[in-house]
Amino acid sequence: MNTPSWIRIERRPSLSAWTVFAISLAAIAAALIAASVFFKAYGVSPLRAYYLIVTGALGSAVGLAETVRRTIPLLLIGVGLTVAFRALFWNIGAEGQLLVGAIAATGVALFVPMPEILRLPAMFVAGFAGGAAWALIPALLKARLGINDVISTLMLNYVAAFCVQWLILGPWKGPTARGFAYTDKFPPSAMIPRITGTTIHWPTLILGVVAAVIVYVWVGRTRQGFEIRVVGESPSAARYAGISQGKVIIMVMLVSGGLAGLAGVGEVAGVQRMLLDPAKLSLGYGYTAIIVAWLARRNPLAVLVTSFLFGAIMAGGDVIKVSLGLPFQLVNVFNGLILFFLIGSEIFMKYKVSFAWRKH
Amino acid sequence: MGWQGWVVSTVSFMLSYGTPLLLATLGEIYAERSGVLNLGIEGMMIMGAYAGFVTAYLTKSPWAGLAVAAGVGCGFSLIHAFASITLRANQVVSGLALTLLGLGLSGVLGRTWGGKPLPNSLPQITVPVLADIPILGPMLFEGHVAIEYVAILLVPIMWFILFKTRIGISIRSVGEDPATADSLGVNVKKVRYLCVAVGGLLAGSAGGYLSVAYRPAWTEGMTGGMGWIVIALTIFAFWNPVMGMLGAYLFAALYHLSFRLQPWVSPEILQALPYVFAILVLVFISRGSLRRRMGSPAALTIPYTRGEE
Repeated sequence: MNTPSWIRIERRPSLSAWTVFAISLAAIAAALIAASVFFKAYGVSPLRAYYLIVTGALGSAVGLAETVRRTIPLLLIGVGLTVAFRALFWNIGAEGQLLVGAIAATGVALFVPMPEILRLPAMFVAGFAGGAAWALIPALLKARLGINDVISTLMLNYVAAFCVQWLILGPWKGPTARGFAYTDKFPPSAMIPRITGTTIHWPTLILGVVAAVIVYVWVGRTRQGFEIRVVGESPSAARYAGISQGKVIIMVMLVSGGLAGLAGVGEVAGVQRMLLDPAKLSLGYGYTAIIVAWLARRNPLAVLVTSFLFGAIMAGGDVIKVSLGLPFQLVNVFNGLILFFLIGSEIFMKYKVSFAWRKH
Repeated sequence: MGWQGWVVSTVSFMLSYGTPLLLATLGEIYAERSGVLNLGIEGMMIMGAYAGFVTAYLTKSPWAGLAVAAGVGCGFSLIHAFASITLRANQVVSGLALTLLGLGLSGVLGRTWGGKPLPNSLPQITVPVLADIPILGPMLFEGHVAIEYVAILLVPIMWFILFKTRIGISIRSVGEDPATADSLGVNVKKVRYLCVAVGGLLAGSAGGYLSVAYRPAWTEGMTGGMGWIVIALTIFAFWNPVMGMLGAYLFAALYHLSFRLQPWVSPEILQALPYVFAILVLVFISRGSLRRRMGSPAALTIPYTRGEE
């Protein structure tokens, strides 16, 4: 007896985008219903809580701005992760790649003499290069030595976080920071402009949208993209076709890490405008973006939607904390539950599940 | 402190810091041997640490805390088992979700428990007679907690079960070639569920050990990435409990020795070292003649359905 006899599972031949969308939506709804247990436990009506979260994150200009601010890094990182996940390279290290991108941008912002007009573009280039370089380490380890990508990318997150800490407590500690652990504030030429009155650094947002479109075309319409998909779907077919798996791994990680690095530039130069504690700098964007990319079914254009959804959930976390007095950590519980329901729901996409109440 | 003091403190630290690593690694070895990668170790450990601490605090019994920690770890692992074995979900993502859920849940529930001292933690024991042996005595038989010895005892037992018994053959065959195992009458799903549950039990106890013995207190995120190091150790161990012990203690020793560099190297860099070590260890075993023996269980991360593939 393999499965209980009252569940019947058959392979589904193919399914429409609408079915995928409907199943994903149902999964999220199920996760939110499951999460309502926690609100009940704290004596808050779940309906009221969700109402407050939705209106708080989307219902006002301030809330919407907070949502968009969180959407920006999730979008950039999420788009990059769809590429890595396409090639079945498990990049769990976007958090670290973001931080190294932020370090590189900070270095250019504070310590490199150059014409001021070039400073911001140079920071973006440095951030992309920093993130890509950090991602190149696990890519090379996997391509050359076959070292597990989950482990190496994760370990490098910790290393990157301690590097930031070392910099802000040691060599880069700002002389004007008076004992606090952060660098000096960036000069005006190193600040990414914002929409007035908000923390939305719009140039980075545009960059994210452009990246989504470019990556969509690259993966879907070019020869390199084809190679990426073949390596991800069937490594043995890739070998027969003469596609170098190592080359593909390095390529996808340079893009994935680079985009995470850009997200780091956005956070450090658009939001904080100084390098500070890694936990304040990133808020776990690198991990949340994994869910963003997975929910988007590894489609970069769909990331435009899913990153906004999770931006709203993260902004909703602030509402939970401020209006309801509940711990912010509830957001992680949400995210974990959503991820579970999401992958749990995938069986409904690959297979047709029906329930037969009579034994047969 | 002469060289003897050095050795004593290093070995002593190896035993205590290596124990949670060893416990969780043993569990993960069983899960992976049966073909299920569980990346949720960190989540199960932190839930074990939280549940263990609260139980020990309320009942004033650290042993009850440890038992509950093991149970909670086990229960938590079943979520992953259900998702990856019954629903055939992607094991990498499911494991990550488990970690996310564990860190979040323990953070929510443990918010009011931080900074409270534990009335009584697991007692440190001195083994009579053996403790009087010069050097070895104070190193191995003084000031340790019983569970540290239990962990060591588990190594030969779990090795024996895995390699010398029918159960072990079932586990390994399910992880290498589930279709053949199935045709020989092994219940693939049952074996996998059991192995994942054992993994959860041990990861939970590892967390419990942290919060009721090693550092008798609750701090949010107190496992600090240990669960990920366990995943690396499992690979380093070639999925063998004996090598797992070697790896866990070696790792603890490296960690301890790195703190001897304190006068010369800044603390942030030292804190990053364990994670660098974990990568270096994998680089080390991936080279040369060792590589031939590497090779994970053939069916690792592949869900099994009768009659497919």
